[in-house]
Amino acid sequence: MGQHLISAKQLSRADIERVLDHAAALERDSPTDRRSGTLLGLCFFEPSTRTRLSFEAAIKRLGGDALDMGAIEASSVTKGETLADTVRVLAGYVDALVLRHPSEGAARMASEFVSVPLINAGDGAGQHPTQTLLDLYTMRENVGLDGLSIGIMGDLKYGRTVHSLSLALTNFDTTQHLVSPESLRLPRGVRYDLEAAGASVQEHTDLSTVLPDLDVLYVTRIQRERFPDDAEYRAIAGEYRIDAATLEDAKENLIVMHPLPRVEEIAADVDETPHAKYFEQAKNGVAVRMALLDLALDGGGIFAADESGSLADWNEGADA
Amino acid sequence: MSGPEGNAGGRDERDDGNEATETDADHELRVTKIRNGTVIDHVPGGLALTVLGVLGIDGSAGEVVSIGMNVPSDRLDRKDVLKIENRELTRDELDVLSLIAPAATINIVREYDVSGKHRVDRPEQVSGVISCPNPDCITAGNEPVSPTFDVLEEGVRCVYCETILGAEGASLTEHADIG
Repeated sequence: MGQHLISAKQLSRADIERVLDHAAALERDSPTDRRSGTLLGLCFFEPSTRTRLSFEAAIKRLGGDALDMGAIEASSVTKGETLADTVRVLAGYVDALVLRHPSEGAARMASEFVSVPLINAGDGAGQHPTQTLLDLYTMRENVGLDGLSIGIMGDLKYGRTVHSLSLALTNFDTTQHLVSPESLRLPRGVRYDLEAAGASVQEHTDLSTVLPDLDVLYVTRIQRERFPDDAEYRAIAGEYRIDAATLEDAKENLIVMHPLPRVEEIAADVDETPHAKYFEQAKNGVAVRMALLDLALDGGGIFAADESGSLADWNEGADA
Repeated sequence: MSGPEGNAGGRDERDDGNEATETDADHELRVTKIRNGTVIDHVPGGLALTVLGVLGIDGSAGEVVSIGMNVPSDRLDRKDVLKIENRELTRDELDVLSLIAPAATINIVREYDVSGKHRVDRPEQVSGVISCPNPDCITAGNEPVSPTFDVLEEGVRCVYCETILGAEGASLTEHADIG
């Protein structure tokens, strides 16, 4: 079909730049009726605030509307309906689908059952490619996308935003510094892809050694449920927390990013520094998702109009 | 692998014990020829029991199975040979076998003669023969899809959750669904 966005691994540099350029254009022109009469289906099998609302804002700002499946407690899922059946039915009601699901591979599987474009908005500890596009948009706006030293810190094992970002960054001239406790290093599958892509990646357990070199510090939350007991969680999470004092050693133009929600990993005093870009990053979610939806809804397939052909092959190319 | 051991017509061509009489392997193995069934030759040394595990052969169905382990081999240095009487392998079984013993040769024996001799083909993808070890994979639920794996140079990878399952026989055996 060539019309779904499932994993950041699908994204070439040209694909990414096309979405980001389109986002920038839409942000400038703020159109209101480009997609009038279009319905976007929101299937969130996991709680979500930013992602769900930013998709809803995006389609509405394009002149369309959203059909939200609502909480799963009130849906036929509780009666034991399969995801395959659920998306097959919903696909008959809407022009495109956004799916978040707690199981890894859910979006890939669901895409096999629908004939409208399907966008992965997070599949368990798998991928979250639309977050990556807005992350890249934010980086590009502030520090560009090449010649960068990028620190990614926190839960790299279960953090789907990290998996997607790390893979997408292999399209650019970047060095990735992965900072995490030993038990939360990147999973084998992502490492395999990074290696295959020839990525420049270094792993660290301590931020302080690399902080002075970084242009971007991408912080993620370490979740309590990943640890057997509270004491261990507190000890480890405490080592991967930053505040304004931590950043005194950083470059003046370092930007600090976070997919949000944050809990304690970035102290509130960082918000007041020029480093903090996470709220700007969240705001960019609307423009980037507008661009993505606008391309997805463009006639014969999600990104089919691309002259180089690379975007038309997104889905088929994923396994390559 | 390249080199002299890859030459056709070497000892490996004769040493499955079910072809020409009085080969070196016959003497070393002391295993009689089988009348009907399958001879799996050129399994990496020490993996014979893994192969049986993957094929779901544990003796409970009464098959007569002979195994030679760590037999000297020109091609593999040490190889294992399995003879399974009155059993021919299915396509799915050959696919899984190819993952742990890519150099294996399969001899189908009928009335003491080798009626078919072929290498296993390493497929690009296997479906429905291995289950995904990731409990959070979408294929672990009741969805209407078969667990499907891309075959990597070493190991396999779930096309849905992208979990990589190692080439080491034990983990494949544990998740094999055939037999």
